[in-house]
Amino acid sequence: MTTPGPENFHDRIVPPSGAPAWLTSFTAGAMTFLAVFALALSLAADRLATRWASALDRTATIRISAPDDQMDLQTKAVLAVLKETPGIASARALSVEETRALLEPWFGPDLPLADLPLPQLVELTEAAQGYDGQGLRLRLTAEAPGAVLDDHLRWRRPLAQAAATLRVLGVTAIALIGLTMAAMITLAASAALAANAQVIKVLRLVGATDGYIARAFTRRFTMRAAGGAVVGALAGTAGVFLLPAQDEAGGFLTGLGFTGAGWLWPLGFIPLAAAIAFAATRLAAFRTLKGLT
Amino acid sequence: MIAFENAAYSYGGGELLSEISLRLAPGSFHFLTGPSGSGKSTFLKLCYGELLPTAGRVMLFDREVRSLNRDAVALTRRRIGVVHQDCQFLDHLPLASNVALPLLVSGRPTPARDLSDLLSWVGLGQLATALPPSLSGGERQRAALARAVITGPDVILADEPTGNLDWERSLRLLTLLVELNRMGKTIVVATHDLNLIRQAKSQISTRVLRISKRRIQLAGADL
Repeated sequence: MTTPGPENFHDRIVPPSGAPAWLTSFTAGAMTFLAVFALALSLAADRLATRWASALDRTATIRISAPDDQMDLQTKAVLAVLKETPGIASARALSVEETRALLEPWFGPDLPLADLPLPQLVELTEAAQGYDGQGLRLRLTAEAPGAVLDDHLRWRRPLAQAAATLRVLGVTAIALIGLTMAAMITLAASAALAANAQVIKVLRLVGATDGYIARAFTRRFTMRAAGGAVVGALAGTAGVFLLPAQDEAGGFLTGLGFTGAGWLWPLGFIPLAAAIAFAATRLAAFRTLKGLT
Repeated sequence: MIAFENAAYSYGGGELLSEISLRLAPGSFHFLTGPSGSGKSTFLKLCYGELLPTAGRVMLFDREVRSLNRDAVALTRRRIGVVHQDCQFLDHLPLASNVALPLLVSGRPTPARDLSDLLSWVGLGQLATALPPSLSGGERQRAALARAVITGPDVILADEPTGNLDWERSLRLLTLLVELNRMGKTIVVATHDLNLIRQAKSQISTRVLRISKRRIQLAGADL
């Protein structure tokens, strides 16, 4: 005779089929898939912000525009000023080749740079304690009138704001996805509870507590959501993996992949989806049960 | 055990039962009779807390039913086995699981031997794996009785348990109820089958209650 052991019985007490169960799996899968991309976007924004900050934060450029016969003199004067300025770790004048390399992405390799009046660029690296930008500008004006200090602030600020906004958007997207998943699973659970009114009635009549009945439903929906989330997380991760690799230009759209242990982060959505399903179903179950005798 | 103190139940503006005062003593056997719609099922539902009295008090095991929270009602129901008129099974689970349901939901062990013995006692030993929709009316009634007694409840309430049975099977079910009463269980059977009541009175000491004009009264010697 088939003996109903408690260990497998509790999983079967709610009829297994039905649209609500399927909807839960699908919702969890689809939302997890989207969440993986939102996470990738968020992490990419974070990396981009870090990269921009590290590239621009501790460096500055001095641009010297002067007649040809004064260019060397003003360059030497600028380097001398920088050498004596506290808070400057190093400074060097960029060679013509380096300047050309900087301009090539903008004008192409065939531009006759020799015919253009290019400014001399001096790159400086800031020491840990920092330097007095205003004081340096005043000294440069006095020693080398054609020198202009560019501390990248006007670049850094909007880039940092853009990166921060992208990060917020990514986190907001994940939160919205989580809320949507919770709402959908609550609806599915409520539909399942309504469809299984007879099951609930019988369980109540034989002495099942609300906690027991709620557990029967939450167990079923949590498992279904976790199953859907596994598929969604794997599909989303595969999708991110298949994106074009980051090229030399460091374009944003080609930098969406995860790095290192970050590839494991999407797996975190599986217990998260299960937890959301658990909470949503439990809430729906107790709300429904309260209305019954 | 179960006591009504001037209890009444109203529904939809009309009073179905009123001024009910009685006590079901431990080990007693009561029949509850009356015409269809007289309130027999309502009375039984008041006995296991599915309905609450709209006036007066109903005491379940010395506790006023309205003072019980939902979990307390559930725990009280574990002490009361109910055979419903329409049996109330989970159609997707086999018969053995349905019969064992009260034990499983209360987290108590379900020894296979005991379950097998119980199903054999009600003559359903060969149908343990059958699904409820495949059972006949009589088989469903006996399965419902098996489920009602599996936890060893103090009280067994049966609502028209022989409604779908022929006379021979009705007698078989009555014999099972009499056996349970001899084991010390308190039995209440709602029925309009007067022959069944007479047959029971020939075997065992019973009280017959009749619902008439919304009130419960002890039936006369004609029963």
